[in-house]
Amino acid sequence: MTLWWIGDVVLLVIVLPVVVYLLRGVLEAAKSIVPTVRRTATIANAGSKDLDSAALLLTTREQVKQTVAGVADYGGSLDVILDDADDEAQRA
Amino acid sequence: MIVPAVIAAGLVMIVAVLLIVLALVYYLVSTIVQLRRIAAGLDDVIAGVGEIVEKSAPVNDVVTTINEQLDAGVNLLEGLLVQKAGMSDAIGLIDGLYPGAAAAGLRNFPESTDIDPPRIAEVYTKGTLTLARLGREAPIAAASPEGEVLRNVEGGSLAARELYPEVRQTRPEKLPRSPVIGTDAPVQYEQRDDIGAPRKRLPTRS
Repeated sequence: MTLWWIGDVVLLVIVLPVVVYLLRGVLEAAKSIVPTVRRTATIANAGSKDLDSAALLLTTREQVKQTVAGVADYGGSLDVILDDADDEAQRA
Repeated sequence: MIVPAVIAAGLVMIVAVLLIVLALVYYLVSTIVQLRRIAAGLDDVIAGVGEIVEKSAPVNDVVTTINEQLDAGVNLLEGLLVQKAGMSDAIGLIDGLYPGAAAAGLRNFPESTDIDPPRIAEVYTKGTLTLARLGREAPIAAASPEGEVLRNVEGGSLAARELYPEVRQTRPEKLPRSPVIGTDAPVQYEQRDDIGAPRKRLPTRS
């Protein structure tokens, strides 16, 4: 009979507070994760929007190709029109 | 006497177990709710990250292609400049346009960093260049080749005026008027018949 009462006291004074303490800690940890995840989601969405202009790189690539091709054409023409520095030096 | 005490102890135990179960239920349900919110938030995160991955996938290839094209352009322009102007003049031209750039040299010509850039590619006024082309009274860099550049951004015309004869630099109120020519000119000259005609006597050879 005494042991039974001791068991009751242990349940009420030790086991119940420990269980409550541990479960409350888990709940607080879970609650603290939620705003962090929300901020992360917001940042991920913002980063995704920032990359919307990445598609324009395709246009940039084509324009760079055309520009370099134009420069190459000019360079070829200049190569024909202008004498090389070595040729001028020999002529001098 | 023993029976009521046993019943009381049993009731207390039941109450204690019930309290523990209630605590378990409350906190575990609350934790489940929070974990579901976390799962929903992570779904949003995964969606955003997926978009980022999808949108940034071609960036590497595109940027690599752009860099290759620009590299080819730089190689072309550097090679053409060095081939046509020579290494020394090319470095001088670059340093004239972008002061200090000669120290960096040309990418494909490491020896270009050792060259002392010649003093070329300086910006002169239009009048100075015109006189230089005419070949008269244009001592561009001749008077002071190591001096300052003949460049005056705020008063380029004054810089050009200094290249004219001394009389113009004194800023006289009136300069001699240019002679009037034409049929209405105050001084008429008779037309000479010998101008344009064959020489009467050839110059003697010494």
